[in-house]
Amino acid sequence: MSDKAFNATKSDKVFDTVNVIIMLLIMVVTLYPFLNVLAISLNDSQDTVRGGIYLWPRELTWENYATIFSYTGLLQGLKITILRTISGTLLGLLSASMLAYVLSRPDFKSRKMFSLILALTMYFSGGLVPTYMLMRHLDLIGTFWIYILPGLVSAFNVFVIRSFIDNLPYALQESAKLDGANDFTIFYRVILPLCKPVLATISLFLAVGQWNAWFDTYLYNGNKPHLTTLQFELMKVLQSTNQGAKMVNANDMANQMAQVSPESIKMAITIVVTIPILFIYPFLQRYFISGMTLGAVKA
Amino acid sequence: METLPTKASDHESVAPTPQKKRERGVWKTLVQQKYLYLMSLPFIIWLFVFNYLPVWGWTMAFQNYKPAKSFGEQKWVGLENFIDLFQDERFYLVLRNTLAMSVMGIIAGFVVPIAFAIFLNELRGKFFKRTVQTVSYLPHFVSWVVVGGIVTKMLSIEGGIVNELLLWLGVINEPIQFMAKGEWFWGIVTGADVWKETGWNAIIYLAAIAGIDKEMYEAARVDGAGRFRQMWSITLPSIRTTISVLLIMSIGHLIGIGFEKQFQLQNSLVTDYSEVLDLYALNYGIGISRFSYGTAISIFTSVISIFLLLTANGVMKKLTKESIM
Repeated sequence: MSDKAFNATKSDKVFDTVNVIIMLLIMVVTLYPFLNVLAISLNDSQDTVRGGIYLWPRELTWENYATIFSYTGLLQGLKITILRTISGTLLGLLSASMLAYVLSRPDFKSRKMFSLILALTMYFSGGLVPTYMLMRHLDLIGTFWIYILPGLVSAFNVFVIRSFIDNLPYALQESAKLDGANDFTIFYRVILPLCKPVLATISLFLAVGQWNAWFDTYLYNGNKPHLTTLQFELMKVLQSTNQGAKMVNANDMANQMAQVSPESIKMAITIVVTIPILFIYPFLQRYFISGMTLGAVKA
Repeated sequence: METLPTKASDHESVAPTPQKKRERGVWKTLVQQKYLYLMSLPFIIWLFVFNYLPVWGWTMAFQNYKPAKSFGEQKWVGLENFIDLFQDERFYLVLRNTLAMSVMGIIAGFVVPIAFAIFLNELRGKFFKRTVQTVSYLPHFVSWVVVGGIVTKMLSIEGGIVNELLLWLGVINEPIQFMAKGEWFWGIVTGADVWKETGWNAIIYLAAIAGIDKEMYEAARVDGAGRFRQMWSITLPSIRTTISVLLIMSIGHLIGIGFEKQFQLQNSLVTDYSEVLDLYALNYGIGISRFSYGTAISIFTSVISIFLLLTANGVMKKLTKESIM
């Protein structure tokens, strides 16, 4: 409410001041942990043990970053994470947008049935163990594809894109059809280019999901160093002091992470894992806000 | 759309039997919409494999499942696994943890974002408002691995900011070992969730608030309503629909709350408070290969979830005429 023709009373001014202070506090609480982690990651790891690092490093050094980038597990993790983020995002986009287009066609004969099959997946799941057994039967465990295939089609994403397509003028498709375009051409040449804003939103969701995933690596590929991911490497390092943490395959972990990692090293890896996302999200902000709103209306 | 008239006129001229007519109609549709089927059918088949086939795996719960044997060779044991489950004391502990953390999560996950959205909306400076909002999303984009690390760091007894602040304020005399005390765990999980998701969850409410007619506030002001009165009597009722729809959805997830946060924040000292149903299924079902038992846990979770979702939906329908199905 920023209307100009408004006479602020005294109680209004108090309210506004208190409100601004609360909001500033919220920003501090949100940002401080990140800045603290950054400061520790840039501080000499021996010196960090003394404590007392808040917003600035006491003994500035890049040493911690040099150390972690000489660690092969992290480099491999970075490679696999980038690979899965790119391929998972592209394939996820392709599948969601195609399905969304088909389900947006009012004349499509199986529209109702296909929509129902899709919508039901939002409300139930087979559960952890049956899904694990399925992956075993499909021989996906220990492969790269386990990062891509199980989450390929997301009902939420399809419905977000579909409600966007529903708002496009149908006449565009009809005139393309009169020009002799087939359904795939219409999708590819007419619909997709118009969907750029919603596709940006969905790409962000998919990319963040892929980048942040750790459980699939832990559960399916925990003993496959060549398929490790950044999040999984970070998890192992963070838990290296946390020996007691319950692990399904505790033995592999203990062997790989026998030594305790210094605090500054842990924080440096945390920064490496976090930075790429923090750089992307402010630019996509206006897209994901509209995407979230569309999704909430439909789903 | 335009296929209907052509089809009708086509059939009139040939005048086949009704049966043939329908078959030809189906065939013709398939041919006419072949691209649409090519673009969707593979994904529908995919959904069957990855989302519906696991439900077939529920049969494992009624067997003494051995991975080496084929389906026909498995030994059927009836409800034995479920009886074992309901007789395991650990199960009730886990169920308590699950319910406690999900109820706390739902309450905090609704009250805080709604309050945040309403107060954010009251900010006058547009730039400041946008800055606060942008900052508030930030933790949403960070993984639970990172948040687990951050929370552990902030709460640690060696230079964690929370302990230092409390010491400095004189609230405590010596640092509290937050992560090592089971009774703190539920609160820590809820707090971490609030820290991570408040800004993100507020998006929907902010969108709903943006749609409120500004004249209502004008009128209220003329009538002498203060800011709190306006928030309570205009903003809150205007976003009631949004709130109830989201509430139904989250009640459906009451016991399927996931386990990422518990997994990343737990340690061996607090398992009596941190273990939730999914972790229990993970530890028993996959960790020590009791697949049948783990499946029974998964079935319990899924069935209760659906039951809760339908109940919540029904109750909401009665109370507010909102429903998601």
